[in-house]
Amino acid sequence: MTAANGTTAPGEAGGWGRLETALRGRRRAGGKCFVPYLTGGLGDDWLETICAVAVAGADAIEIGVPFSDPVMDGTTIQQANDRALSEGATPQSILAAVRGAAADIGVPTAVMTYANIAHHMGYERFASSLADAGVSGCILPDLPLEEVGEWADCADAAGVETVLLAAPTAPDERLPRICARSRGFVYGVGLAGITGVRAELAASAVRTAARLKAVTDRPVLVGVGVGTPAQAAEVCEVADGAVVGSAIVTRMLEGAGPEGVAALVAEFRAALDATHS
Amino acid sequence: MTETAGSAPGEFMGEPDMAPPGQFMGEPSADGRFGEFGGMFVPETLVPACQELDRAFRSAWGDPGFRGELDRLLRDYAGRPSPMTECPNLSEELGVRILLKREDLNHTGSHKINNVLGQALLAQRMGKTSLVAETGAGQHGVATATAAALFGMDCVVYMGTVDIARQELNVFRMRLLGTEVRAAETGSRTLKDAVNETLRHWVAVADTTHYCLGSVMGPHPYPWMVREFQRVVGEEARRQCAEILDGGVPDVVTAAVGGGSNAAGIFAGFANTSAALVGVEPAGGAAIGRAVPGIVHGSRSFLMQDEWGQVLEAESISAGLDYPGVGPEHSYLAATGRATYEQVTDAEVVEAFSLLSRTEGIIPALECAHALAWVSRARAELAGRTVLLNLSGRGDKDVDQMMGILG
Repeated sequence: MTAANGTTAPGEAGGWGRLETALRGRRRAGGKCFVPYLTGGLGDDWLETICAVAVAGADAIEIGVPFSDPVMDGTTIQQANDRALSEGATPQSILAAVRGAAADIGVPTAVMTYANIAHHMGYERFASSLADAGVSGCILPDLPLEEVGEWADCADAAGVETVLLAAPTAPDERLPRICARSRGFVYGVGLAGITGVRAELAASAVRTAARLKAVTDRPVLVGVGVGTPAQAAEVCEVADGAVVGSAIVTRMLEGAGPEGVAALVAEFRAALDATHS
Repeated sequence: MTETAGSAPGEFMGEPDMAPPGQFMGEPSADGRFGEFGGMFVPETLVPACQELDRAFRSAWGDPGFRGELDRLLRDYAGRPSPMTECPNLSEELGVRILLKREDLNHTGSHKINNVLGQALLAQRMGKTSLVAETGAGQHGVATATAAALFGMDCVVYMGTVDIARQELNVFRMRLLGTEVRAAETGSRTLKDAVNETLRHWVAVADTTHYCLGSVMGPHPYPWMVREFQRVVGEEARRQCAEILDGGVPDVVTAAVGGGSNAAGIFAGFANTSAALVGVEPAGGAAIGRAVPGIVHGSRSFLMQDEWGQVLEAESISAGLDYPGVGPEHSYLAATGRATYEQVTDAEVVEAFSLLSRTEGIIPALECAHALAWVSRARAELAGRTVLLNLSGRGDKDVDQMMGILG
């Protein structure tokens, strides 16, 4: 675990990775972190869209690598996955594009996909391909604490930050162990359920953020069920930041283009900036 | 490790690499594995539910009160023990002595009821008020709907729209039993996608709802628990074979494998005997035949996938075997060589379906017709041997589909 004064814990010989450094920087400056999720390979302009949302105020960007069976995802991201796959997206094509645009993206990125994509390529090879593409972090939601070790060791060795999820259903004793193994940030799951926009922020979102903040100094970002700027601001009364996927991807699916998606990200940025002004 | 992929005919009889008795089909390791297969690959949100289920199952399975109540239900409600039938006409035609374990004669028409009664009783003991399940052919859905009616529980069953179309009767049965059938409209719209939808449903309601998984797949403890609930098939068959075979065991025990629960049940009775174990997969859904491990639906096992790890759609005449994965213990049995796995084509299955109907007056489910299709093809190597075949279900549900094929 990291000490409360922000020094590096033993075992993190190289200090924080690029993702965690950026999020801690935002927090130290008194701000809240905003991390949008965009589906890689969705439409012709997904890479341009990623660059545009970076400019619009994203502290880091999650890039979804589509998987055929995304059990953690609701209909919006399923549709985005299916469309990207039918348009020929592969892990390789997405990572090659990200690598080529790393300088233009400008903020740290994290790939979100499912374990089999990494497993099939081989954990070591997948980790090094992320590092080669300039990707800072990785989220594999079907690798819970008990199963993440083999992957996380490979990711550590390649300098890739493995972000772990912490769910509202977890007993208290589990949370410190998740926070200790997580890198980049701790991804608080806003509700017991799948990704998707809800009418209201679940009470469990703030509660989970508070439980995590009580046991870790690592940035705590909440996602799943955080779909509007107001909901993001609400959860950030406690959390260090918010992750927003389905609301962003809906715009992509509607064909809003880089400007349209960036405009929504700017709304989230403004709402979070307003929480501490 | 994976020579089974292209095993030559007759290899299933060999035993040189067989591990000593007592080693197979016991408890998985503490991390829910059979060798390198299995595990608990679920989102964090579901980990507490899987761990709670593991604790509850261990406690119940060691409780004579629970075991007694389940035995009573299996006897008085499901109709166990199921008979073992000698098949003189078929045996003469094939030149192989064939014994059928008659799971088709259970209440609801298949082996699925064994597992479902166990899980429903366990769910009740855990204080759950609802069940959710996936189904392919509808046999597991009907069994789950039946148990829900018996136990007074709410029930939702997810079924792919392709399967809803080809198994209309089972959809009606489930609704008649008071279950809500929901269409899985994503992906290939078959069993794989029904599992996805069930997992998505369960993650939001796991505090009140038990996921009544229908096969020896999914995250730990399901592969182990479902096999234990199906073990009754193998234990009965072992006793029945001993009576028929003067205390002996058959030369070969065979069963169809989709997820693999009926095979796991009957194999469990013979895993530590000299009997050869042969699982039969559809050629279009041969996860073990392709022998590439992957992670989906909670466990690491052999999995049909493309060059990037995207899960492929299985294609089989039988909705119940239309699944690109397989239970992790089957991958372990294949990798260790304790069991072998063969593949049969839809055309061979259609022939076997007719063969058993014509020779013995038993219309089999298309699933178990796969096992018979292999016996029929391998009859030269099996000549003079005794083969025990798990007749896991009856074919009433398939008659409509077969009418279209056979005219």
